[in-house]
Amino acid sequence: MRMKTAAQKNRLQGGQIDRETELTFTFDGKRYRGHGGDTLASALLANGVRLMGRSFKYHRPRGPVSAGSEEPNALVELRSGDRQEPNTRATTAELFDGLQARSQNRLGSLSFDLLAVNDRLSNFLTAGFYYKTFMWPKAFWEKLYEPVIRRAAGLGSLSLREDPDVYDKGFLHCDLLVIGAGPAGLMAALTAARSGVDVILADEDFRMGGRLNAETLTIDAAPAADWAARTVAELADLPNVRLMPRTTVIGAFDHGIYGAVERVSDHLAAPQPDKPRQILWRIYTRRTVLAAGAIERPIAFQNNDRPGIMTASALRTYANRYGVAVDRRAMIFTNNDDGHRTAADLQAKGIKVIVADVRPETPRALDYEVLAGAQVTDTMGRLGLTFVKLQLADGSERMVECGALGVSGGWNPNVHMTCHHRGRPQWNERLAAFVPDSRPGGLPEGMTVAGAANGDFSTAAALEGGARAARAVLDLRGALPEIPKAEDRPVRLQPFWQVKGAGRAWIDQQNDVTVKDVTLSHQEGFRSVEHLKRYTTLGMATDQGKTANIGGLAIMAELAGKSIPEVGTTIFRPPYTPVAIGVLGGRHRGQQFHPKRLTPSHAWAQEQGAVFVEVGNWLRAQWFPRTGETTWRESVDREVLATRGSVGVCDVTTLGKVDVQGADAAEFLNRIYCNGFAKLPVGKTRYGLMLREDGIAMDDGTAARLAEDHFVVTTTTANALSVYRHMEFVRQCLVPDMDVQLISTTEAWAQFAVAGPKARRVLEKIVDQDISNDAFPFMACANVTVCGGLRARLFRISFSGELAYEIAVPTAYGDALIRRIMAAGAEFGITPYGTEALGVMRIEKGHAAGNELNGTTTALNLGMARMVSTKKDSIGAVLSRREGLNDPGGLRQVGIRPADRADQIPAGAHLMAATGPVDAAHDQGYVSSACYSPTLGHHIALAFLKNGANRLGETLRVVSPLTGVELAVEVCSPHFVDPEGDRLRA
Amino acid sequence: MIIDHPLLGPRDSSEFTYMGDAALIDRPDPEAEDAAQAFYEYAYLRDNPAGWHRELWFHEAGDRSWLVVTRNTLTHEISNVELARDVARSRGRSA
Repeated sequence: MRMKTAAQKNRLQGGQIDRETELTFTFDGKRYRGHGGDTLASALLANGVRLMGRSFKYHRPRGPVSAGSEEPNALVELRSGDRQEPNTRATTAELFDGLQARSQNRLGSLSFDLLAVNDRLSNFLTAGFYYKTFMWPKAFWEKLYEPVIRRAAGLGSLSLREDPDVYDKGFLHCDLLVIGAGPAGLMAALTAARSGVDVILADEDFRMGGRLNAETLTIDAAPAADWAARTVAELADLPNVRLMPRTTVIGAFDHGIYGAVERVSDHLAAPQPDKPRQILWRIYTRRTVLAAGAIERPIAFQNNDRPGIMTASALRTYANRYGVAVDRRAMIFTNNDDGHRTAADLQAKGIKVIVADVRPETPRALDYEVLAGAQVTDTMGRLGLTFVKLQLADGSERMVECGALGVSGGWNPNVHMTCHHRGRPQWNERLAAFVPDSRPGGLPEGMTVAGAANGDFSTAAALEGGARAARAVLDLRGALPEIPKAEDRPVRLQPFWQVKGAGRAWIDQQNDVTVKDVTLSHQEGFRSVEHLKRYTTLGMATDQGKTANIGGLAIMAELAGKSIPEVGTTIFRPPYTPVAIGVLGGRHRGQQFHPKRLTPSHAWAQEQGAVFVEVGNWLRAQWFPRTGETTWRESVDREVLATRGSVGVCDVTTLGKVDVQGADAAEFLNRIYCNGFAKLPVGKTRYGLMLREDGIAMDDGTAARLAEDHFVVTTTTANALSVYRHMEFVRQCLVPDMDVQLISTTEAWAQFAVAGPKARRVLEKIVDQDISNDAFPFMACANVTVCGGLRARLFRISFSGELAYEIAVPTAYGDALIRRIMAAGAEFGITPYGTEALGVMRIEKGHAAGNELNGTTTALNLGMARMVSTKKDSIGAVLSRREGLNDPGGLRQVGIRPADRADQIPAGAHLMAATGPVDAAHDQGYVSSACYSPTLGHHIALAFLKNGANRLGETLRVVSPLTGVELAVEVCSPHFVDPEGDRLRA
Repeated sequence: MIIDHPLLGPRDSSEFTYMGDAALIDRPDPEAEDAAQAFYEYAYLRDNPAGWHRELWFHEAGDRSWLVVTRNTLTHEISNVELARDVARSRGRSA
């Protein structure tokens, strides 16, 4: 059963629509019918619907102003549920069966918008209104003004649900990118394609042909649209051409890189399975022909914003391409001959037309009335145009009843993309318009402009211009291809920007900027074009003022007594039209937001029920909960106590590893570490501290000397990349002739820390050689084999403070090794521990980590001043000796514990004297790391304290105004557990 | 942007990491009398010209070469790309 829908009362004959396909859609819940090839706007207009939205500020009733992507007014919400999308231009939204659209920015119904009261208050809501009015009292802004303004203003609403669609990114390469598939673009693509080069032809429209689809002109004595279709078909057959309809080139970036958004599925109710909704293409091209056409500009007059008033060319497009009469009675208001072309086309379609031409001399019309020297002074019609008021040449007034008014103030070449590299368009007196700056350096490199975008407005000039542009830009030899015959009418125009009057005349309809606002901006001294833009918001809406800017400039020029080129233009920036955030993100969202790196023991850790934490891109086991444990602290405390009591194991693969080889390897490490490495014996490991050149600590780790010319350096997990980059900088840029090679081997080796008094007993069962304390003492390292022959590396180093080893095997054996270690340790109750227990043990031991190496601390702050060798040059050594970094009373790392052992110390809290004020002036330092120590049975922390080394035993206060904590603490050594290091050496 | 790597040919700038002024190659002599002042200038005082600039780029997602790229900061035009190691040698650095 077909739902009842109204007839398409304003549908005409002809056009490029598919009348065989009937599509049903809804607008604000009401059902309508349209055809394949319609846009939402053309289908609504065919059904007699001119009112499509409410304006941003005054909530004025609005309808479409254009038939293209420059549309400022007809913004609607498309679809519903998860796919609801606000601020979609009805003039470009392709109709599909079942399309749901809703008007937006209204309170109540579209025809009775309660916020239309703003329109009555328009005398107050002028430019700068918000800046001037909502300043006092200050507290009102956040609580009252802003929420109310946000409720009243704004455009469509978001669904606030997860976008169900997939977006892709892609890369394309070509010799020539042609932007725009009108007459110039088609000829450029054809000329280039026939020469054999790789061509991409992109057009934002779903039907290629540009204005040829919207005109009654002929090319080679056949309808222009037919020539376009034939040419597109020829191009489609060529293997070296990629046609990209529904693709908006959004920006010209550096070195021949263009961004383009292809709307793969927006013309469907939902994307087909396995298809993305949109694709962001990055197109690498050697040359570009910009054939983006031109945009007709309006004339400002009183109440020029009623639904039914649009550019004359839009009326023509709706009639010729879509077979739609906006109304059966139309007026044209023009200052140029092109307005008469619209009149003739409409008249031929049976629409009754009257033309008001501001010029005293007008072209001779055969079959419609022309009022020479007439101006539109006002319009009527609450929800859509009903009457136009004219002032005739003799000063008399006339009322004309009509529902459509086409305005033509001339055409602006679409120079947007020519300005993306800061090019400034040039004023052309003949066209009274800005044209691309074709002087050397004026355009993005490799770009040529053709057709109407270049100011060549006739069809013949566009066709020839396209062919010539392709030939020139590709440096092709030989004769021009044959140029088809087409009209070649000159531009005849009398610049005319506004009809003077007392009422409101709109310039920027989307942001509700009127002539009066521009006048006010001038009066108040905001006269530069950039100030005008920001004070009035002219051109700052989602359409970037494509139809509006020039009118504002012209009026400002008149007020300032300057010419339009003297006033200048604002800068055009990408994107050319609004882009969905989703397509910029592509597939990089949710789990795919960044790469996920898994440790070699990940599968095993999952089997153990580990809780994971993201560390950089890594997923590391944070703790391993056991049955019965209800809080993370229970698990972590158990892991710490088990490790200190017997033995624990932890995957430390994520620490950065850099292999350093070469005859000068030791000398190289001497350069990058502040402490010395030249005398480190083979088979020994040493702790190393790296400084930045400004003397601040950068990173720490160990360097193990496996051979005279071979070291393995470790870095912290977080700095693995930046330390490697820094080492390569030193190697290539500072010591280019050192015999040393670096390679990052972080992923090549799976590494586990085995720590605790029973660690040796466990590893004795794994490692194929003697690892007794004599054979393999503290800080020893060696290439070994494990499990009967597998090559491995063994380091006797300890982060936990226990007797500990780190053992590394090739990554592929990591999973097998952890299982062997667990099996070997079973008799000792070996306990896997995660990053939390690791952190607790290093705080108990007073080892610095990322919280301490935080980019503001020096070796002196860290209590490692003596490590900075004065006997050799190293990065950062000179500046580390600066007076400012060597204040004896400066920050030193200390331990602190709560005076009342039951208290918990918050990390990030600040230290203050036991009594006295709590403020920045009395700040004594801060807590860098804090935890509960299961070994000691109370909370502990590491802190940086002024003159800290000399204040052990003092009582201070820890304060955290953020969390409301203030408690007494005692200063102590940062080495809470085994300060003598006996356990390490056991 | 596209950087014409001396060994690998044209590569997209997204493969690189940027580190600014190539004057960082000219690390002062730590033994010199005025070393403190020279290092202060080296570490903190950099030119930030509107126009041609020699700067360091690291081919992090590539062959790990440090490059000296001569780039116009106003137009992003690149006039020369060299291996930083060659530049360092030509500036008298050795080991």
